[in-house]
Amino acid sequence: MYDRSAKLAANGVVIEYWMQRSRTLFTAVQGVDLVVRTGEFLAIVGPSGCGKTTFLNAVDGLIPIASGSLTLDGREISKPGPDRAMVFQQPGLLPWRTVLGNVMFGVEAQRSMGKQEAISRAKQQIDLVGLSGFEDAYPLELSGGMQQRVNLARALLTDPEMLLLDEPFASLDAQTREMMQLELLKIWSKTKKTALFITHDIKEAIYLADRVIVFTRRPGRVKKVVEIALSRPRDLRVKRDPQFLTYEDEIWESIQEELAVPAERLIAGMPAA
Amino acid sequence: MSIKEADRANPVTAGESDPTRERRSLVKPSRIRQYEPVVIGTLSVMFVLTVWQLVANARIYSVLFLPGPWDVAQAMVKLFQQGDIWLDMATSGQELAIGYGMAIILGLVIGLLMGWYTRFQYAMDPIVNFFYSTPRIALLPLFIIWFGIDIQSKIAVIFLGALFPIIINTMAGVRNTEAALLGVARSFGASDALIFRRVVLPGSVPFILTGFRLGVGHALTGVVVGELIAARHGVGQLIAIAGQTFQTPKMLAAVILIAGTGMVLTTILQRMENRFQSWRPQIRR
Repeated sequence: MYDRSAKLAANGVVIEYWMQRSRTLFTAVQGVDLVVRTGEFLAIVGPSGCGKTTFLNAVDGLIPIASGSLTLDGREISKPGPDRAMVFQQPGLLPWRTVLGNVMFGVEAQRSMGKQEAISRAKQQIDLVGLSGFEDAYPLELSGGMQQRVNLARALLTDPEMLLLDEPFASLDAQTREMMQLELLKIWSKTKKTALFITHDIKEAIYLADRVIVFTRRPGRVKKVVEIALSRPRDLRVKRDPQFLTYEDEIWESIQEELAVPAERLIAGMPAA
Repeated sequence: MSIKEADRANPVTAGESDPTRERRSLVKPSRIRQYEPVVIGTLSVMFVLTVWQLVANARIYSVLFLPGPWDVAQAMVKLFQQGDIWLDMATSGQELAIGYGMAIILGLVIGLLMGWYTRFQYAMDPIVNFFYSTPRIALLPLFIIWFGIDIQSKIAVIFLGALFPIIINTMAGVRNTEAALLGVARSFGASDALIFRRVVLPGSVPFILTGFRLGVGHALTGVVVGELIAARHGVGQLIAIAGQTFQTPKMLAAVILIAGTGMVLTTILQRMENRFQSWRPQIRR
């Protein structure tokens, strides 16, 4: 289904923070080994604070790694580049710019496109994410789901080889989140971008991904890799498929082992299986 | 198509009970509602003037102690007929324009630099804090020694008066740039110059204009107090002389000129602020 060659390769990636207040070195990620194949949709799940967002920021080139290697198409990642584009957890839109202006901000920052071309291509992206008619609206006039569509369109317009998504639907309500998942899959199948998706929502990860990677608690490492053999295109009903539920149990148990609190006290918070 | 138009074209959101009414309050206030602030404001001013006139008419106190608004209006007309007022206004206006203009330019530059370069802020903080907590008018005697009693000493005090609120607000605007926006810009590989021009600067505009607006008040204080203490001409000087010679209506007329200048400048800046914030959804209660 996808090219088996590696797009992104992480070998023994260690990420450390210097904590100014306690004057200690804080290890967020401890030796991550993983491969994202070309055209693949890979999701990373893990307990909160496990360093998955930190890892994604390193892939984007926003923070340096302390040791190991992190390569995209064999080239070491050292800073942000036009081959990657991030969809952020918070939309991060410029409130004084319209939807059109915000979608264009990415290519504008990269200086990779002329203005006229950017406008016409931005309009296509706005169409693709289902926001046509809202080109001239300001972010504060949009709902949370619509703001995230702008966030996504801004990343897509830069035409990256790899799309990095940092819990983009975490702050949306349940229905909007499901709709956005469905639409993300549609867009992904059209654009064929390699995608690395961070989430704490197990169902979301299974529904979207070709493979789900479970991180340990901090300092994060790869604990488990689950191949999701659900056929595509997937509609939302797949979430009730017995195979889906088996994956969910498997991943949930794996994460649960990572949580410090005893399992009995977590039953209430367990997803309906 | 704006989102408002989209709502209008698709009035499902307007509610079932009384959609027209719901939409009117959301989209555009009725005519009367629109002029409500002006009408109520005018009535309020008229009420205050009427009460003032009535109290003055009762003549419990003499005209030189409590002139009525009519007396002040007549004094104002007389001021302009006599013609000296033009020189006073030109003098004060010149002081204000030069002092405040320099404060805007320098305050903006220093404030932006302090906000953008942390080390520059460390260097400037003690100095800015010192002057911001000192009433700058206290330095007027020094400026009179340095520059004499012509307009230069007033320009200096107006400049220093307006400078620091502008610096502090501009710096706050730069410093208050949302971290999320900076993260987005860096992630797309934006250069520092682009981040400054397209993210930091537009985000700071409301703060900067607030600084300008606060600066107007300080600048006018500088004009009046500066001229009260020592000047050859100027509206503040006019107030001082009229006061010392018990020409109370004339004094109040000059005060109104100062107040009017302040209100006009503040309103202009307020309009600019609103214009720069047109992206904020207008929600009227």
